[in-house]
Amino acid sequence: MRGPSGAGKTLLLRAIADLDPNVGLVTLDGRDRSTIAGSEWRRLVGYVPAEPGWWADTVGEHFGEWTAALAFLRDLGFPEETKAWPITRLSTGERLRLALARALMVGPKVLLLDEPTAALDVASVAAVESLINARMRTGLAVLWVTHDGEQAKRVAHRLLVVEAGRVREEAPE
Amino acid sequence: MNSYIALSYWDLAAASTLVFINAGLSIIFRLRLHRSLLIAAIRMAVQLALVGLVLTTLFSVVSLLWTGLVALAMVLFAGHEAAQRQERPFSGWWSYGLGTGSMMMSSVLVTVFALLTALRPNPWYDPRYAIPLLGMILGNCMTGIALGLDTLSTSLVSRRAGVEAQLMLGATRQQAVAPVTRQALRSALMPTINSMAATGVVSLPGMMTGQILGGVPPAEAVKYQILVMFLIAGGTGLGAVTAVLGGVYRLTDGRHRLRLDRLRPPKPA
Repeated sequence: MRGPSGAGKTLLLRAIADLDPNVGLVTLDGRDRSTIAGSEWRRLVGYVPAEPGWWADTVGEHFGEWTAALAFLRDLGFPEETKAWPITRLSTGERLRLALARALMVGPKVLLLDEPTAALDVASVAAVESLINARMRTGLAVLWVTHDGEQAKRVAHRLLVVEAGRVREEAPE
Repeated sequence: MNSYIALSYWDLAAASTLVFINAGLSIIFRLRLHRSLLIAAIRMAVQLALVGLVLTTLFSVVSLLWTGLVALAMVLFAGHEAAQRQERPFSGWWSYGLGTGSMMMSSVLVTVFALLTALRPNPWYDPRYAIPLLGMILGNCMTGIALGLDTLSTSLVSRRAGVEAQLMLGATRQQAVAPVTRQALRSALMPTINSMAATGVVSLPGMMTGQILGGVPPAEAVKYQILVMFLIAGGTGLGAVTAVLGGVYRLTDGRHRLRLDRLRPPKPA
């Protein structure tokens, strides 16, 4: 999904995740969102904002079961000591990869990504893209907001454009 | 009991020179406080003089209706004051209603409890006991509730990203705001706990001092003070829990969303 700043991309993702009051019909596999509790819905439809939030001091406190988390985080290149790392000392790339891991561990069917690679270096961008690509091959649906046209070509199967609060579909290049 | 030294108006006038000395200091150090200092002192004197008149009349009639009306007015004023102290008040009637409702519930409950069990005046609503007791409980309850609600709303604003991050991972609203709820309740209860711990060592409470000056034996005054401290602790705890949980209910919704749009925009600095 692309569109100029202020067009309403973040608003749309937050509305789909049901984080703000919104109107309209949202369904997943034919199930109306309004028949599913808000907390349950967000387990099915994960959302990772451009700047992920943290509620505790160390990495480990943000993952329920650390052994399970570690198996996952090792694939992303994090060592065992990550558990005790303070959030304040993480780089932007590390924060984003940890937030993605956190969201994927819940096991969502859909993932909403708000410019996940905007502040990352080339290596981290490649790491994030390959992680998400691997998940997409196993059936995860992703709505990915990006400003990067090249990235859109690499990852997108459909291309949506948001302009002045309206969404239209374009054929992928 | 009545061996107290009555004060004349000249005694008060002599004491008021101390306020004038303060005003003089303000002028010397250019604090620009002398005006508000004098106005505050005059307001205090006039308000207390009026309260003296009201209480004299009220105590002479001993009516449930009038005691109830005065108590209601006190709760409404306290609710207004608590709402004024919010940096980010709730929008609409909630800003006034939540604090006032919690205060009314907790302080009236605790006051009636004390009147019926510990003090047992005849009749139980004798304003001579009911009104001062309610005043002391209400004053502390108001501070606790105002602090609790202020901490709740400002912390939810500053920790919004963290709270929403938990909601995004499927936490319920109760789970996501639990740390902020705990923080709000702690800041509501800390002043009461601190003042209980310091009472008698660092400070002699005003009520006890007043009773001793009024001729009550210290051992009796101390018993009254202990009773009042227990009532204050109970009333503040009950009121703060009601107000903070009510605030959590209002600032989240049934879809487990954070609803900071139900706060008024911040006051301009």
